[in-house]
Amino acid sequence: MRSADVIATATRNAFRSRLRTTLTALSLFVGAFTLTLTTALGAGVNDYVTTQVESLSTGDVLLVTPAASTDTTDGPNEYDPDGRQQSGQANPLGAGTLLNDDDLESTRAIAGVQRVEPVQQISVDWVAADADAGDGAKYELEVNPTSSIGRSDLVAGTQLDQESDDFQIILPEDYVDALGFDDADSAIGETVALGYTDAAMVEQAAEAEVVGVARTSLLAAGSGVSQALTDEIADAQAVPGQPNAYAVAVAYLEGTGADGAVTAADVDAVKADLADADLAGQTVEDQLGVIQTVITGIIGVLSAFAVVALIAASFGIVNTLLMSVQERTREIGLMKAMGMSNGRVFGLFSLEAVVIGLLGSAIGALAAIGVGSAISAGAASTVLADLPGLTLLLFEPATVATVIVVIMLIAFLSGVLPARRAARQDPIESLRYE
Amino acid sequence: MTPAAPPPRGAPVLRAVDLAKSYGSGETRFDALKGVSLDVRRGESLAIVGRSGSGKSTLMHLLALLDRPNAGRIEVDGEDVAGAGARTLNRLRNERFGFVFQQFFLTAQQSVLENVTLPLLVAGVAPRERTRRGMAVLESLGLADKARNRATDLSGGQKQRVVIARALVNEPDVIFADEPTGNLDSATGRQVEDLLFGLQRDRGITLVVVTHDEELAARCDRRITIADGRIIAPSDATASLVTEGAAR
Repeated sequence: MRSADVIATATRNAFRSRLRTTLTALSLFVGAFTLTLTTALGAGVNDYVTTQVESLSTGDVLLVTPAASTDTTDGPNEYDPDGRQQSGQANPLGAGTLLNDDDLESTRAIAGVQRVEPVQQISVDWVAADADAGDGAKYELEVNPTSSIGRSDLVAGTQLDQESDDFQIILPEDYVDALGFDDADSAIGETVALGYTDAAMVEQAAEAEVVGVARTSLLAAGSGVSQALTDEIADAQAVPGQPNAYAVAVAYLEGTGADGAVTAADVDAVKADLADADLAGQTVEDQLGVIQTVITGIIGVLSAFAVVALIAASFGIVNTLLMSVQERTREIGLMKAMGMSNGRVFGLFSLEAVVIGLLGSAIGALAAIGVGSAISAGAASTVLADLPGLTLLLFEPATVATVIVVIMLIAFLSGVLPARRAARQDPIESLRYE
Repeated sequence: MTPAAPPPRGAPVLRAVDLAKSYGSGETRFDALKGVSLDVRRGESLAIVGRSGSGKSTLMHLLALLDRPNAGRIEVDGEDVAGAGARTLNRLRNERFGFVFQQFFLTAQQSVLENVTLPLLVAGVAPRERTRRGMAVLESLGLADKARNRATDLSGGQKQRVVIARALVNEPDVIFADEPTGNLDSATGRQVEDLLFGLQRDRGITLVVVTHDEELAARCDRRITIADGRIIAPSDATASLVTEGAAR
């Protein structure tokens, strides 16, 4: 029997008992539907987090914070006038203890560190399209303190050049309209005015060139400004006479890899040196990896439920095919009497299982994509409207194909027992069967 | 296995030597055949008759290579097939033998043509060629107009003609018929008999018929009678068949 005929015959046999095949395929449908949705959810959320991580990190920076204090049991710490200050407010990126200039110096001294910039909190009062006009509408603007260490999820333009002396700014997407630009692209290269209040409570203004327009991001809200502009405003806003203290500093690393790329070994070496200096270094990936681990765990549990459904479905396939073998006993005997080999009989029945598997999984996956896309689109315009760039359910063709193939494999394995029974039938016994 | 020029009519196409077959073991052991030797000559029609449980069906199954004997050997065209592998036996059955069964064994959901071309499907013949040869056989048996019908929509006689068409489609040397008229009324049975003997006469196909039917056995060139796993003398056979016939 030709392989093409085996496939065609198996397919026709699968549809001989339509109701039975449909019901069996339906149980696979449930599994395929669930598995496709959970994997898509995992892909969607992880993809979003990855984009967010990328928006925060160029990969060659370490966030430097004071090492967490461990000597809490030996009574109060003795006062050290040159020691670190404690922060007055909670800081999500660092511990309660603040870095001082000594810490920056010791970080700069570490081999492999190119330069160190403290993350400075600056406050900008307003932004306007044109400083000279005076009567142009002014808008409040929040500056993201970590913009100097990362990249933005850009709609147009380029990333900030942190080593340039130019004052540069990346505007959030929703400022484009407000500031009177036609679209994101036409804003690039234009100059905007930033107003701020210095330490002496005097209003100041600075001009900055728009180099990029960014999507609003979960982890990097507000606009980004270049290091030179940050320094300018921070200096003006620093309270005279107060020692400098920073929650976080950013260490830019020198890479030893190809083209000066920063390798994992470089990062580890600097981290070790930082630890010796009583400091802690973390990449942005270190900090956000935890989020992804949690997401992966949740998706894993959800997928496990889908797999349980599939295992239940596989017993359905075994049952269906055993009935099929029973019904077709004489037909099997006849084909074997006519010289059909055991292998071909096995192939005929196991392929029938695969056909049922393909049917259930393909329809299940398609339904999941249809329903999922609708849910995803609905959610994006309602409950998730504040998270642009988040596709809740991301259907990757490779993942969907994997789901279908895995279910076909499960179906094949379920078909092995009935198919073996068919293949081992004695043609004489089968033909005597009434 | 198929020789370029078939051996002359009368040479044995199948030869059985001292065939023994038993089922079960120990207390439940049942000896179905106890040393049967037999020649089936090319082109003849041979009737195997006997009571139920006499071993006649077992003998046919062994001759048709559907089962292997416990002792003795079977030769096809003078070649011993006792040591042949499953593949060789499958090919021999597929290419050389045709089967006609009392219960028809037609697949209900398939068309007449699909049922008829089943041996070609098993042999791996291309679809177009299957249809061509299947239609040719149906044509020769006057069933061409039924080709697209479902097999279950036919009368008993038509069904048995379809079964014969299926046995013929691979152009076999030997047709094994197990009670070919057992499920048919006498008039239809007679037509099917005419068809089978016509094929034997016109195409030189060897016919091995297992039957209870005295009239059918009488139309065959030769008959052997099996009783208790052995061939008994033809003179005894007639008597036993008469009793058998009365019992039915």
